[in-house]
Amino acid sequence: MVELSLHVLDIAQNSIKAGASLVEIEINENTVANTLVITITDNGCGMAPDFLKDVTNPFRTTRTTRKVGLGLSMFKSAAELTGGSFSIWSEQGKGTKVKAEFVHNSIDRQPIGDMAATITTVINANPSIDYVYKHSYNGNEFDFDTRQMREALGAEVNLSENDVLLWIDDYIKNETENIYGGAI
Amino acid sequence: MKSLAELQQLREKTLAKVNLRKEDDNSIRVVVGMATCGIAAGARPVMKSIMDEIEKRNIGNCYVTQTGCIGLCRLEPIVEVYLPGSEKITYVKMDAEKAVKIVNETLVNGKVVNEYTIGAAENK
Repeated sequence: MVELSLHVLDIAQNSIKAGASLVEIEINENTVANTLVITITDNGCGMAPDFLKDVTNPFRTTRTTRKVGLGLSMFKSAAELTGGSFSIWSEQGKGTKVKAEFVHNSIDRQPIGDMAATITTVINANPSIDYVYKHSYNGNEFDFDTRQMREALGAEVNLSENDVLLWIDDYIKNETENIYGGAI
Repeated sequence: MKSLAELQQLREKTLAKVNLRKEDDNSIRVVVGMATCGIAAGARPVMKSIMDEIEKRNIGNCYVTQTGCIGLCRLEPIVEVYLPGSEKITYVKMDAEKAVKIVNETLVNGKVVNEYTIGAAENK
């Protein structure tokens, strides 16, 4: 993975597979504390304790096509490579929370990348799930919530419609520029 | 969130297309592999490129969806196209530019781009 948004996309796909009805993605950047924290929280099926304790092992996977699963292990190593940390909480029947903390100015920290594309891709992956996306940069913050979108668009318009996804893409791009002070 | 008026506009624009599609049942389905292997190989920009091109050419009768790992990770990004009434076409090792060509040739004109198919890749 060459950018953090691709890790987020990959981890959020786990949440979708876990049968979540709400997936929350949060990015917190603080250049004073020199941290970048990404959390992905879902209310999916969660994991059993003995699966969880070994879940970042690449040979631990639920996939059936092959015995290797690299998603969480790559996300963990991306965080640790910068001198940051990684944690995962999960409880069966309640959900899962993945948190990765990066050293913001580390030379090894990957760029955040195209989060708008990641959000539209997860919405398209399963448009019946609700997604919340929050991004803050030194206290400037914006949030996006598919529940608000649904309310405005009505039941007949599916969020996976091309026009809707392109609108969301544009919206997130604009809002992201704003929290960075209008320049990326 | 952006202004409500804008969302209202979006709603009307989208509804018009949805209703048009309801009358035409011969929809094309495009499936992009979006597991760890696909994402790492560049599936996300491929999907974005397909969606942008569909919008640009205003192709109404078309769905773009995703699937997990189909077990051919070395050939990712993989795009499958289901044209109504014909066999599935599997395109492999896609990128954003090849994706545009697929939309124009296969989705618009109904032609298979042989050089990008799994058959061509495996016979090399």
